Amino acid sequence: MQAFTEEHEALRATVRQFLTDQSDEQAVRTQMASDRGFDEAVWKQLAEQVGVAGLIVPEEHGGAGCSHVELGIVAEEMGRALFCAPYLSSAVMATNALLHCATADAQKALLPGIAEGSTRATLAYAETGWDIGDIAMQAQEKDGGHTLDGTKHHVLDGGTAGVILVAARTPGGVGLFRVEGEAAGLSRSPIPELDLTRKLASVSFASTPAQLISEGDATEGLERTLALTLVALASEQVGGAQWCLETAVDYAKSRLQFGRPIGSYQAIKHKCAETLVKVEFAKTAAYHASATAAEALSGDGSWDDVLEAAHMAKSFCSEAYYHAAAENIQIHGGMGFTWEHPAHLYFKRAKSSELLFGDAIHHREALAERLAL
Amino acid sequence: MSEFSSIDESELRARVRTLLDEVHPEKVDSQTFRAKQYEHGLALVQFPEGFGGLGLSPKMNYVVRDEILQHSKIFYDNPPASIIGIGMGMPVVLTYASDDQKRRWLPKIWSGEEIWCQMFSEPSAGSDVAGLSTRAVQDGQEWVVNGQKVWTTVAHLSKWGMLVARTNPDVPKHDGLSYFVVDMESPGVEVRPLYQITGEAEFNEVFFNDVRIPAENMLGKEGQGWRAAITTLMNERVAIGGAGSKKKGGGAISKLVDLWKERDPASASPAQNAILRDRMTHTWIEQELLRLTNARAAAAAKSGNPGPEGSVGKLFQAESAKRMWELAIDVLGNKGLAFEEGYELRQVAGMSEGTEAFAKYQFLRSRANSIEGGTSEIMKNILGERVLGLPGEPRVDKDVAWKDVPRS
Repeated sequence: MQAFTEEHEALRATVRQFLTDQSDEQAVRTQMASDRGFDEAVWKQLAEQVGVAGLIVPEEHGGAGCSHVELGIVAEEMGRALFCAPYLSSAVMATNALLHCATADAQKALLPGIAEGSTRATLAYAETGWDIGDIAMQAQEKDGGHTLDGTKHHVLDGGTAGVILVAARTPGGVGLFRVEGEAAGLSRSPIPELDLTRKLASVSFASTPAQLISEGDATEGLERTLALTLVALASEQVGGAQWCLETAVDYAKSRLQFGRPIGSYQAIKHKCAETLVKVEFAKTAAYHASATAAEALSGDGSWDDVLEAAHMAKSFCSEAYYHAAAENIQIHGGMGFTWEHPAHLYFKRAKSSELLFGDAIHHREALAERLAL
Repeated sequence: MSEFSSIDESELRARVRTLLDEVHPEKVDSQTFRAKQYEHGLALVQFPEGFGGLGLSPKMNYVVRDEILQHSKIFYDNPPASIIGIGMGMPVVLTYASDDQKRRWLPKIWSGEEIWCQMFSEPSAGSDVAGLSTRAVQDGQEWVVNGQKVWTTVAHLSKWGMLVARTNPDVPKHDGLSYFVVDMESPGVEVRPLYQITGEAEFNEVFFNDVRIPAENMLGKEGQGWRAAITTLMNERVAIGGAGSKKKGGGAISKLVDLWKERDPASASPAQNAILRDRMTHTWIEQELLRLTNARAAAAAKSGNPGPEGSVGKLFQAESAKRMWELAIDVLGNKGLAFEEGYELRQVAGMSEGTEAFAKYQFLRSRANSIEGGTSEIMKNILGERVLGLPGEPRVDKDVAWKDVPRS
């Protein structure tokens, strides 16, 4: 595994500075309480100034053409700040779905807007399970076009996305469809979330017109899309976990009980040390997965390795983040249980991102299948 | 020495070829070859000329190895019994001993002719090793030692031992220690094997009864033994932390996977199978992340920007190794009830080659992983205090004369 370069550290510093200025705790709480869930102006500014919306969009489509290593760094910083924005939905999931499943024309039509931040897209695929193989929705062919019926669940930013990419079955396998936000028969029901900082919705279709934008069976492309989303999510989890560790350690140094800092007691010190170990190993898992993804995308590595690394990272980082967030509350004592303190925001994000796209056991099972265990 | 400090790689390779012209590993035994290797300054090239080296960067040792391997099918690695002498003894002798002593000791440590052991831990001084009780009292030009050491690897094979003993009980613990090199054949030294829960004895207990050590065998000054001991201990943790597989799925985890694949799923319930499979995958992930974290730490160290990733390996390795072998015995199920190797107390670690026997042995042996070289609890203190910057516990033994500190 390579160490981060100076350019990587500069990118990290830029994103961190931007989020410190534009997405402090107060800003996060404001977005949490809103229906939309993010500040359109801040998202556009981040897209324009740092190129985050089109980070992995190829330059020919107006993006920055960066690799998943850079994406991982940005995701880590966003997770650290609990940044509320359509980046996982649009810049990661929809972008990868277009890059790995869609025709050149469809890419050309959507990617420039995504990169600019003016188009916010998402991918709706899950119904009752998290695997691509669980997709049951059948697209109907009618008059040379398609319509969709049924409901997709847990769609990231499904309540606000301007374009919804939908995975549904066709006679030739799973296809990727483009559905406009204002399409007939489309209804969106926001989910009252455990984690208020990430908006999810159920999206229902009733004879909704949909444009098929993939050729052949898109199953493999969707599996890659999902794996790359898991890798970004794992990086995000690492950023959140590191914040929890730092916050817990700072508090353990400053909180005095029985005449000395609580961090001088082994009961608290050892909790911090155990969290440090989990966070460092989670970083290894996430950085390795990002690097493996970058290698496969540049033609130097294998997709089998990416899928393996993605399952490993999602399962390990999920548990590490949850551990760090839970210990952070415990170390803060009563203060950590208050609404006023941000510890609960990270605790809720940790559990929700653990459950999103399948929990740790789910991904260990998937890894076991790949390893023939 | 300055004329050598500038020698380049091709000159170094030429010197290796000169050595090989004189003695060739394929024609002589390890001790003969390594003795000549030392004479040529090709033992540890970072050591000074005349003491087994050429005053070069330690990175150049790989050149010596590479050149030997280009001309010889045999490469004499450090003899297993000499690992402590070479890894810990040679640096401390080089730093603290007189030139005469260096000439006397270093070549034979390197060649393997004389084995060295390290005697720090005591029955009453484990994690708090600086609180040790073995006493050394000066008597003219000699020091007289009484006490007991424990967990001493290769003591029964050793000619020399590195000994830390208390020379002044009236000052705080760290200030009253001195460092000696003791002849293990001296009258009054008694070495007994220490049998472990596996039945074997990898270690020994060493008893000192009025053992006399010449005053010149004190390394460093009286009362400065702790500093010399730290030099030695740091080299120990480097040796433990760097272990692990280099290849995905390699090393210990491959044995566990073999056991898993060989087992009969019909012998367990659906719940047992599902839970064991999840533990298997969890363990596989932990071992893979251990390998990758070592690689990440190495890359960070190389880039000159090392972080906490280099400090967390020992703790994770110890705890995950215990989980791994607990799983192995659970995977074996009923077969885990039998311990075919038996517990006949033995000093030679003659382990069976079979995977199942290896797993059962490791189930027992791995309990020590979180004790030896720093317990997991001590490692958490170190991570908490040195990496995270948390304050230490108040110490009741601080600034108190050693003799006034309570001990068990």
